[in-house]
Amino acid sequence: MTTVGSLTRAQLGEHLAGPGIHLRTGRFTTLLRSPIASVADGIHLLYGDYPLREGFADFHLDLVRPVTLRRWLRPQVTLLYDGRSMFKPLPLDQAFPMFEWGLNWCVSSRANRYLIVHAAVVEKAGRAVILPAPPGSGKSTLCAALVGRGGWRLLSDELTLLRLDDGMLHPLPRPISLKNASIGVIREYVPGSVMSRAVTDTVKGTVAHLRAPADSVARAGEAALPAWVVFPRFEAGAAVTAEPMPRADTFMQLAQNCFNYSLLGAEGFTALADLVERSQGYRFRYGVLDEALAFFDSLP
Amino acid sequence: MTRDHLDSLLTAALRSPERLPALDDAGWDLLLRQAGAANLLAILSCLLEERGLLDRIVPAAREQLAWARVLACRHRQGVLWEVRLIRQALAGLDVPLILLKGAAYTVAGLPPAQGRLFSDIDVLVPEERIGEAEAALMLAGWAGTHHDAYDQRYYREWMHELPPMRHLRRSSMIDVHHAILPKTAALRPDPALLRAAAIPVAGTPGLHVLAPADMVLHSAVHLFSDGEFNNGLRDLFDIHRLLCHFGTDRRFWAELVPRARRLELERPLFYALRYGVMLLDTPVPETVRNELSGPSPALLALMDALFRRVLVPDHASCGDRFSPVARFLLYLRGNWLRMPPLLLARHLFHKAFLSPRKSGPEAA
Repeated sequence: MTTVGSLTRAQLGEHLAGPGIHLRTGRFTTLLRSPIASVADGIHLLYGDYPLREGFADFHLDLVRPVTLRRWLRPQVTLLYDGRSMFKPLPLDQAFPMFEWGLNWCVSSRANRYLIVHAAVVEKAGRAVILPAPPGSGKSTLCAALVGRGGWRLLSDELTLLRLDDGMLHPLPRPISLKNASIGVIREYVPGSVMSRAVTDTVKGTVAHLRAPADSVARAGEAALPAWVVFPRFEAGAAVTAEPMPRADTFMQLAQNCFNYSLLGAEGFTALADLVERSQGYRFRYGVLDEALAFFDSLP
Repeated sequence: MTRDHLDSLLTAALRSPERLPALDDAGWDLLLRQAGAANLLAILSCLLEERGLLDRIVPAAREQLAWARVLACRHRQGVLWEVRLIRQALAGLDVPLILLKGAAYTVAGLPPAQGRLFSDIDVLVPEERIGEAEAALMLAGWAGTHHDAYDQRYYREWMHELPPMRHLRRSSMIDVHHAILPKTAALRPDPALLRAAAIPVAGTPGLHVLAPADMVLHSAVHLFSDGEFNNGLRDLFDIHRLLCHFGTDRRFWAELVPRARRLELERPLFYALRYGVMLLDTPVPETVRNELSGPSPALLALMDALFRRVLVPDHASCGDRFSPVARFLLYLRGNWLRMPPLLLARHLFHKAFLSPRKSGPEAA
């Protein structure tokens, strides 16, 4: 099977600017086209291990520069979903992050055969931890540390996909989105980490994407059993505390972090109830990554 | 009938879903995008399921269709729930509540309801009771949109409906009609005739839908008198499915054209049957088609050229370089049919130059 890495940067750029590439991430195929160099740079750097598959695409995305007078003053990038513009244009410099956000939007707004939680999810020995969190709670930082140094497999940093038919968690390993201070923290903490160029002044502040481990990408077909739901909160200097949560609280908080809970109706409720039935929830506070990783290794 | 470059993959799929298992990955890739653009994804899925073909198509496509079905199921639940609340809100009024179009298909369990998505619920009440209906809906939480004075006058003096109402908490939209065409339109089907023929929905007291012929005629006039065709193919497919369903009864065909004459809706019916047959192979008896007179041959050739270009999915892979022109001309025609020329000129002038100057999103 061909991978993105089998193309040189120049070949990749030509494909992206021309017919596009059929990029396979987990079970989704995206036909991506873009003449923008920073998009090709980002794909080349972070997606080398991902398969290319011709024929059918779930999502058709173009990242292009809109043809307006602004293009000479303040160049912009716009995301087209099958030829239609769905979002306001962003500054051209944010083209690669826009691809990442756009693909998240595609999955979370379309893939309704999964209950989709806004959460990171990692696995060890077949059992998975779900880390739901509102932005700024230190979820991505923790996720990056767990897969970079803790020996956990990355299922996803943003989108936890719960299969409705069997209650298993389906992987969607993609680059981990790091923001602001955590970019420096992870660069120090995870040796040999590969990151895209930091982009400043986005709606989320400064953003950089960390390459997913090759092993996680290779095992994108292996589902995992949900075992723990950990709601993390980073507090500088705080000691680790992990407070077990009642099932009802875990359920309600998970539901609040779902993209399509109400859309799925009774099916979503049942799937979430089964997941909570099988998993132990914790309210987790941490200040030091080493201590946090030790807690995850101690999970029963 | 020869199919030319204006025929889309999606139209072919709607005509003969039984051929879809033969479609390959690349074919499905295009078909699903056309169906998405035409708002027909879940409908396509229902067609395949009815024929037991879902398991025989490529898995990636089956998965995407399943995604769309989830939305359609949720939509159906939402519509039934909203209809219940509208019924409650209007219960004290003691007028028969008549549902139109999408909501009517859903509550009456008619074939076009399968997998159909729509954005608002249309109801028909007598014009003299419309103020009471509006007040009752406001008490139940629906609020009028379009607060601009010009828009208020536009709806209340010239149109066949109140300004659309949105529920304050649930954001559901409802259009309260007293007729099916604007007061300013050349065609004036008498709403009293429609109301008198409306039939009760089994199992839900107080709820009515239009009689079969009227339902087809309303769908036809809505499609062929309007100026927007984003959902054109879907609306034509609604008519196709209604005709397939009601058409098994010979009395339906015997009543259809006389009813169209009575309601002054012969021309929209002519177009609905013509393009249904041309694009979707709608089974229309030859005698019925011969009963209807169309426009002059020259005008008909023009109409064919225009309608064939807008009754395709609104997708880059469909149509040709004349399609944008066709859309624009039919937009003008739609407005022309709604209003006499002088009023139309005033209205378009106001919308183009005066409305945008007002601040606030409601003015636009």
